Amino acid sequence: MTVPVIGVLALQGDVREHVAALTGAGADARPVRRPGELDAVDGLVVPGGESTTISKLVDIFEMREPIDKRIAAGMPVYGSCAGMIMLAVEVLDGRPDQRGFAGVDMTVRRNAFGRQVDSFEAPVALTGVDGGPFHAVFIRAPWVERVGPDVEVLGRVTDGPAADRIVAVRQGNLLATSFHPELTGDLRLHRHFVELVRASR
Amino acid sequence: MSESAAPTPATAVGTARVKRGMAEMLKGGVIMDVVTPEQAKIAEDAGAVAVMALERVPADIRAQGGVSRMSDPDMIDGIISAVSIPVMAKARIGHFVEAQILQALGVDYVDESEVLTPADYANHIDKWAFTVPFVCGATNLGEALRRITEGAAMIRSKGEAGTGDVSNATTHMRKIRQEIRRLQSLPDDELYVAAKELQAPYELVKEVAEQGKLPVVLFTAGGIATPADAAMMMQLGAEGVFVGSGIFKSGNPAQRAAAIVKATTFHDDPDVLAKVSRGLGEAMVGINVDEIPQPHRLAERGW
Repeated sequence: MTVPVIGVLALQGDVREHVAALTGAGADARPVRRPGELDAVDGLVVPGGESTTISKLVDIFEMREPIDKRIAAGMPVYGSCAGMIMLAVEVLDGRPDQRGFAGVDMTVRRNAFGRQVDSFEAPVALTGVDGGPFHAVFIRAPWVERVGPDVEVLGRVTDGPAADRIVAVRQGNLLATSFHPELTGDLRLHRHFVELVRASR
Repeated sequence: MSESAAPTPATAVGTARVKRGMAEMLKGGVIMDVVTPEQAKIAEDAGAVAVMALERVPADIRAQGGVSRMSDPDMIDGIISAVSIPVMAKARIGHFVEAQILQALGVDYVDESEVLTPADYANHIDKWAFTVPFVCGATNLGEALRRITEGAAMIRSKGEAGTGDVSNATTHMRKIRQEIRRLQSLPDDELYVAAKELQAPYELVKEVAEQGKLPVVLFTAGGIATPADAAMMMQLGAEGVFVGSGIFKSGNPAQRAAAIVKATTFHDDPDVLAKVSRGLGEAMVGINVDEIPQPHRLAERGW
């Protein structure tokens, strides 16, 4: 069984944590900042970070078109938090010029749970991932307000004022979560993504 | 949810993980000092990952003298409503009530900062008592670990703010990294004395020795004025950059801010650095740290 090569978009954000989690999940993980580096990977992770900054740098360093092309050709992509925003076709409460990739048919609200003092940890049950609920870390996190017919909802908040909000989705080879599994040492979601990449090759 | 391995309650805010995690999300980014909502917009447009809301940038604090305090809540509110990126604000060292006010205003990070006049010359703020996370300055590893012990969720090397002279930032970053490398080289039984010498708890010292890094994110600050300065600090091991006076005290703030953002991302690519360093106009005038009399050096505040 060959080891899939998975890139982490390394323009800004918690790149190192995703590289470590992917490596732990059995992938050959590497940072990707240039179109040439994108050509060498089988899948891509868009990390947590500041989505306005990442969106700007994607344009400045000419990564948008190559990534959109690879997504159209079926490359698996996983986005956490800012990465989820980057994968949404529509973003609320973002900057007017903010644009994501041609990704998941969903509407995402930025900073939906509030400011940093509202950032929280909570359990989230995920469809398709065994071993019980995820201990999820939400940091100035977005939630999903609308999903298209081809989008599968994988997880929702279970209690509190934001109960029932959608925080994990999948559309084909695209996977997105509002929270940060890369911060918890729980590798199940990264293993799930590595399997998705392996199956897509 | 009984199957979850985590012992924490169902939902928790203000945990060490969400505080430290917030700083992880800022990595590879530039945090810019701003004094008005208009400047905050310019910073956001340029790709800043966060802004630091201040009444006066360090260069002006230095020039005007007097006691320097937390900013006016109206001014902080104005900046919070002007941008969608995180907003940080400064409290005086030891001034826990300024920090309480900043938390009530909804700022995303509090900087317990030597740039303001200290309010307590013995104690820093007990940062564990807050939901909002704190960043603190440090000139060496012992200082960084003492701040982390008090609850800091992010550290920045101090440098010498308001000078445009990067030499102290370089010294502090090299010093912290050097002391971490030294710990890594020590046998276990010498870590006890190392902890005593660093005046830091043994458990933290041991953790740093094992991991080869601080348990929180390490940024740099103080004197960064050009894209090359930012890139050098990144190459020296900073995980991101604070730019204070360097942007809005320069000839063309918008262009310089954008250039420093690009230089921070591509800090190891001289071709990109050469490209973004062109045509930026005047840098801030600057002061050599050597020419500042000892009592006016901000980095020596805090201990």
